[in-house]
Amino acid sequence: MAEQEKNEEIELLGSKLLELLKKYGEIVLEDVEIEVDELELIIQPGVPLAVAKPVAKAVEVVKKLVEEKFEEPKMEWVGKVVEVKIGATKSEGGTRDRTFILGGETLPAFYMFKGIMPHPPVIAMDVFDMKIKLPKCIRMHFEDVMDDPAEWAKRCVEKYGADMINLHLVSTDPYIKDTPPSEAARVVEEVLQTVKVPLCVGGSGDPVKDVKVFKKVVDVAEGERIVINSLNLDMKLEDIAEYLKNKDAVVIAFTPMDLDKARELNRKLYDYIPKERIMMDTNMAGIGYGLEYGFTVMERARLAALKGDTDLQHPIVAGVTNAWAAREAWIKMDPFWGPKEIRGPAWETITGLTALLAGADYFMMMHPYSIKTMKEIIKSLLEGSPGESRDIHDWVSAKLG
Amino acid sequence: MAFAVKLVNMETRLELCTPLLEEPKYRKNYEKLKEILTPPVREIELRSDKKVVKIGGEYVLHRHELTYINPPPIAIDVDDTMSKDELIKRINFAENFKYTYIGRELTLDLIAVRSVSNDPETFKKTVNFVATNTSLPLILCTLNPKVMEAGVSALPNGKPLLYAATRDNWSEMADIALKHKLPLAIFSPNDLDTLVSLAKTLLNIGVSEIALDPGTFVGFKGLRSTIDAFTMLRWKACNDDYQLAGYPLIGTPITAWKMVDGDAQTKAWWEMITASMLILRYADLLIMHSLEGWVYLPLVMLRFNIYTDPRKPVAVDPGLRIIGNPNEMSPVMLTGNFALTYYIVSGDIEAGKIDCYLLLADTEGIAVECAVPGRKLLPDNIAEIIKSSGVEKMVKHRILIIPGKAARLAGDIEDATGWRVLVGPLDSKDISKFIEEKWKPETIKQLMES
Repeated sequence: MAEQEKNEEIELLGSKLLELLKKYGEIVLEDVEIEVDELELIIQPGVPLAVAKPVAKAVEVVKKLVEEKFEEPKMEWVGKVVEVKIGATKSEGGTRDRTFILGGETLPAFYMFKGIMPHPPVIAMDVFDMKIKLPKCIRMHFEDVMDDPAEWAKRCVEKYGADMINLHLVSTDPYIKDTPPSEAARVVEEVLQTVKVPLCVGGSGDPVKDVKVFKKVVDVAEGERIVINSLNLDMKLEDIAEYLKNKDAVVIAFTPMDLDKARELNRKLYDYIPKERIMMDTNMAGIGYGLEYGFTVMERARLAALKGDTDLQHPIVAGVTNAWAAREAWIKMDPFWGPKEIRGPAWETITGLTALLAGADYFMMMHPYSIKTMKEIIKSLLEGSPGESRDIHDWVSAKLG
Repeated sequence: MAFAVKLVNMETRLELCTPLLEEPKYRKNYEKLKEILTPPVREIELRSDKKVVKIGGEYVLHRHELTYINPPPIAIDVDDTMSKDELIKRINFAENFKYTYIGRELTLDLIAVRSVSNDPETFKKTVNFVATNTSLPLILCTLNPKVMEAGVSALPNGKPLLYAATRDNWSEMADIALKHKLPLAIFSPNDLDTLVSLAKTLLNIGVSEIALDPGTFVGFKGLRSTIDAFTMLRWKACNDDYQLAGYPLIGTPITAWKMVDGDAQTKAWWEMITASMLILRYADLLIMHSLEGWVYLPLVMLRFNIYTDPRKPVAVDPGLRIIGNPNEMSPVMLTGNFALTYYIVSGDIEAGKIDCYLLLADTEGIAVECAVPGRKLLPDNIAEIIKSSGVEKMVKHRILIIPGKAARLAGDIEDATGWRVLVGPLDSKDISKFIEEKWKPETIKQLMES
């Protein structure tokens, strides 16, 4: 009985307040002690009389967790990236101690809930055929071998775990040393003899000279299934593409951040070279230096390939070393920004991760710590275990160092 | 029509069309449009007295499908067992962090106050102290509702994010969020069923502003499921219209400080690495612990890059820029019109106190390095800019200094312009040295006569 009276009182108070609210829009309470919080809960304009009880009930009812099942997204991809084999062992007519297959993806990069990429990404280290200007924190690892490309390559493989070597014949540039093709090819032979990983050989970027250099290079490397870096639309492809095919080389098709050109170049190459011998470099740029263009072109290329665009179904090459073009990677800055020795590898690693998540398969890199980190990330993504709540559930209240 | 196009391109807001709001007859249209334009990832505003930070509000999974909208703010954590000096040090780091990149100021955005004490009074005092000493909006972090209530009571103004509701505390946390009309985060590490169950439950009882934290795991034990969770949630929101995933995603790279063995530098490194991957994979907010400039510098630049509207190249107008007080024998230099190129090159020229004319070719906003192989730095365009800029009347000589990275084009540029080309340094930081060594009366004379 007493209970009922009390409820009526509340209802009465509620109804009067509501009436007042309707009338004046606002009210002044005198000699009434009510917590502001309570008022907010009870007085809702437009709510019918006797609000107190239903509200209490409603809260009781909904205070149960509504169970919902999260369903993994369904998706369908029709395209497949071609598989490109690099390197040849003794039984295959070469002298390499390992080979790699790149590509074969049927899913966007790192959709592990749908499946794991068939062939893990490959990380290759850059070696140059002459002493070039490099940031100090890279140079310090190679200072003593920079005059000897073969020894430089050996250092990369034996000490820093390079999967492959990218040998850049920059000295062949007519504006640098104009090294003749035959001499450049000798360096390739030396490197092939010194390290047994598959090799990728780059020119100087001069479209005329590169044609001559590449011919000599594949002459000495016949049977090794090396990668030629790179063919582009400025070259007379009819002079070189078929030659490379006959010498069993794999080629990288380079285009400067332009998907239409990437398609155009690939289509031209199809006239001479089987699809499964073509990789494509859509051009990567470092953080702050056009990274967003490189990232998006790469991501679009891969998604288009998976949606069935047969002109773009090739493993993707990422020139992560371009990250070092960013001044933040190597100049001395105010101490607030930390030593350049750590900024540099940070720049290169994050640029590499950007390409990784966009879909790149083959990474050209330089700094040992960046390469180590990339390898750990790739391993975590491809082989890692699921997170366990107990490892992080109390981060909110943990005292952190 | 122009407004409609802008609206569809997400370049303006519906509310700016005032007749829609003011005239009753348009009310229905407004409601309809509003529903159509509501992003699949709801937008939440966090506020302090001085600043507003928006999270979420995204429309697409991939940036090329439209553009990303709100760059994920980065929160620096403090905790309630820290001394006042420590708190001030961390607050100041977040407040003062500023890096100027292509004319934009890149900053840190929020303070996350964590309760380590688990004591309501202590937390309240700390929240109060932090709020009075920062202009940045806050995230209040505790899983204890009593502590949360105390923290909220120290913030009469502003709109912090409450972190977080879990399977155990959601009911009390929801009460606080409802009472104070504040957004509430849901924390469900590696358990997406619980995450969406909590989302559904909270929405049912009227908590409309929520954010989702599926847990951030660092390294071999969990990075994989973390990347999967973020990817699946955003996919479902954008492609499957699954509303329970359509809320801002919270990444907490700060967990590196728990999960990674090693010294502080190693932990900071992995925190940075994890944060970078979450910026690329759809996080709308990051909570971090490091206090190192090198950790955040690449992250704020990466974030800026990825959240740049891909429909608009970051370019400055091509043409002539006059730097310092050049005379008729001052050098004329050439570069591209990628905004970053221009800012760096002009910065270096100014720093070297060189008076000169700088010509910006129309490389369509592409850096010189890519413009050369990509045929975006065109000799004919350079000739055209020399003519239209009037630089011919400003100098007596006819020597153009081109970027070292464009050396290959030297001959073509000479042919197209009739000017002599001097190949400059590969990096603009060497311009000052280059001018000092090469720009001498005898060299100029020699070049002009040869």
